Amino acid sequence: MSINDIVNSSYVKWMDSSEGNRDIVISSRVRLARNLSQIPFPHLLNQVNGEKCLEQIKNAWHNTPGPVLASMDMMTFDQLSALERLILAEKHLCSPGHADSNSSLRGILANDDGSLSVMINEEDHLRMQCLLPGLQLKECYARVQELDDEFEQNLDYAFDENRGYLTACPTNVGTGMRASVMVHLPAIHMTGQLNYILHNIDQMGLAVRGLYGEGSEPVGNFFQISNQITLGQTEEDICNYLQTVTEQVVEQESLLREKLQRDMKYQLEDKIGRAYGILSNARIIASDEALTLFSDVRLGVDMQILKGISLFSLNELMVEVRPAHLQKLGGLEMDVVERDIKRASVIKEKLTVVQ
Amino acid sequence: MLCNECKEKPATVHLIQVFNGQKTESHLCEECASQKGGLLLDQTNKFSIPNLLGGMFGSIYNVQGMPTLTRSSQCPNCGMSFTDIKQAGKLGCSECYKVYEQELEASLRRIHGNSQHLGKIPVRGGEKVRIKKQIEELKNRLQEAVRQEEYEKAAQIRDTLKEMESKLS
Repeated sequence: MSINDIVNSSYVKWMDSSEGNRDIVISSRVRLARNLSQIPFPHLLNQVNGEKCLEQIKNAWHNTPGPVLASMDMMTFDQLSALERLILAEKHLCSPGHADSNSSLRGILANDDGSLSVMINEEDHLRMQCLLPGLQLKECYARVQELDDEFEQNLDYAFDENRGYLTACPTNVGTGMRASVMVHLPAIHMTGQLNYILHNIDQMGLAVRGLYGEGSEPVGNFFQISNQITLGQTEEDICNYLQTVTEQVVEQESLLREKLQRDMKYQLEDKIGRAYGILSNARIIASDEALTLFSDVRLGVDMQILKGISLFSLNELMVEVRPAHLQKLGGLEMDVVERDIKRASVIKEKLTVVQ
Repeated sequence: MLCNECKEKPATVHLIQVFNGQKTESHLCEECASQKGGLLLDQTNKFSIPNLLGGMFGSIYNVQGMPTLTRSSQCPNCGMSFTDIKQAGKLGCSECYKVYEQELEASLRRIHGNSQHLGKIPVRGGEKVRIKKQIEELKNRLQEAVRQEEYEKAAQIRDTLKEMESKLS
């Protein structure tokens, strides 16, 4: 399977909901930032240095005997259309900012199921990530570390014994590691606890963001929680800390879901039923409205109020209703209204087929 | 409310900073706020990410008693001056970390509450660092052995230590 196959497929690994408890924590991600010694960081790269950098990365990818790199495909961004690059960003394989440019110096590496991917020349020369379904931070770190070890056999990393792995922005220096979880917190929101919980997470030195990370606003009760500090802690400590905080948030959400079920059964079922009603009957629907209603439907599925809908198809839908995915399905270039119509029909089809 | 600085004019700029869970509030008049850096008032140069990041290098507020962090030198590898770095909010290359080591120390402490890496060490290029860490550990074990009066063990550790130290030089 190649990067083109990933673009054309609706499936990537993090959507998988078949294993274990994947309702409140949708996915986990660990990302490592690495740079090559001496070569200017991407924001200063000229064509000559950029080609040198890309050449070294390509060589490492080709010549390293390890199984992880061998399982990955590589493409530079001049080989992919703007739409294809955006599709990769919507699937969470690269950042929206990275997908913006068609530069031949930028690129991406990805494995078959999209669980491992590497952004080339985004803010740092290499940003490698492992993205898995549910709460699996340790597994994510173990897998991205394997990839890092293989790369390192053929690359001279920028490393300093005091500062650790050197990055373009000092907020990433040290481990170069950002660990994050995507959580769905509707009960915390409905019971008016959201600001309190978010404030506490912030107080614990963790950042809360929207679905697409830095710069994205939270919609539909979906939040990304990540570490902020990268220097002076080990990778294991960072993972453990985020894991502990996430477990506490999950526990709180579970308790409040039970409370809702107990004290506000009819209101809850009404809200979920209405959301399902709108989603399966709407003819025109905007992205934010869809995501907000997905949150209610997802809660209904988690709490077994709605039956016959899988979390996998909801995960798939969350990505399929994004602009680039709709554009691809629709073929011709669409304006906003045409896209809203297409979005409604995609949702209707998916929700009625599974029901 | 009067300005915290001059205590004369009414405070019109309210700044809340949360860092590592520590919240600090300042209430300033426009004049004092602009003297502190002008970040929020300068209409031509609005609140932007580079500004915000540049602030981490100490450009926005001159904390009293801290030396002004400006040097005219450039990084010999990429040509970035420290002023460029402050403006970009990013360093230019791996060598900048050595060239501007002193200037960065305070910023790193401000961002991470720490300036010493404790995590993973790469195999290539990290060999010396690993040996140094092992030597540290051996020294601790040697002290412990002496304290416990296990002299035979201490002698063994001392020999390994010598061996390791010769690898470094």
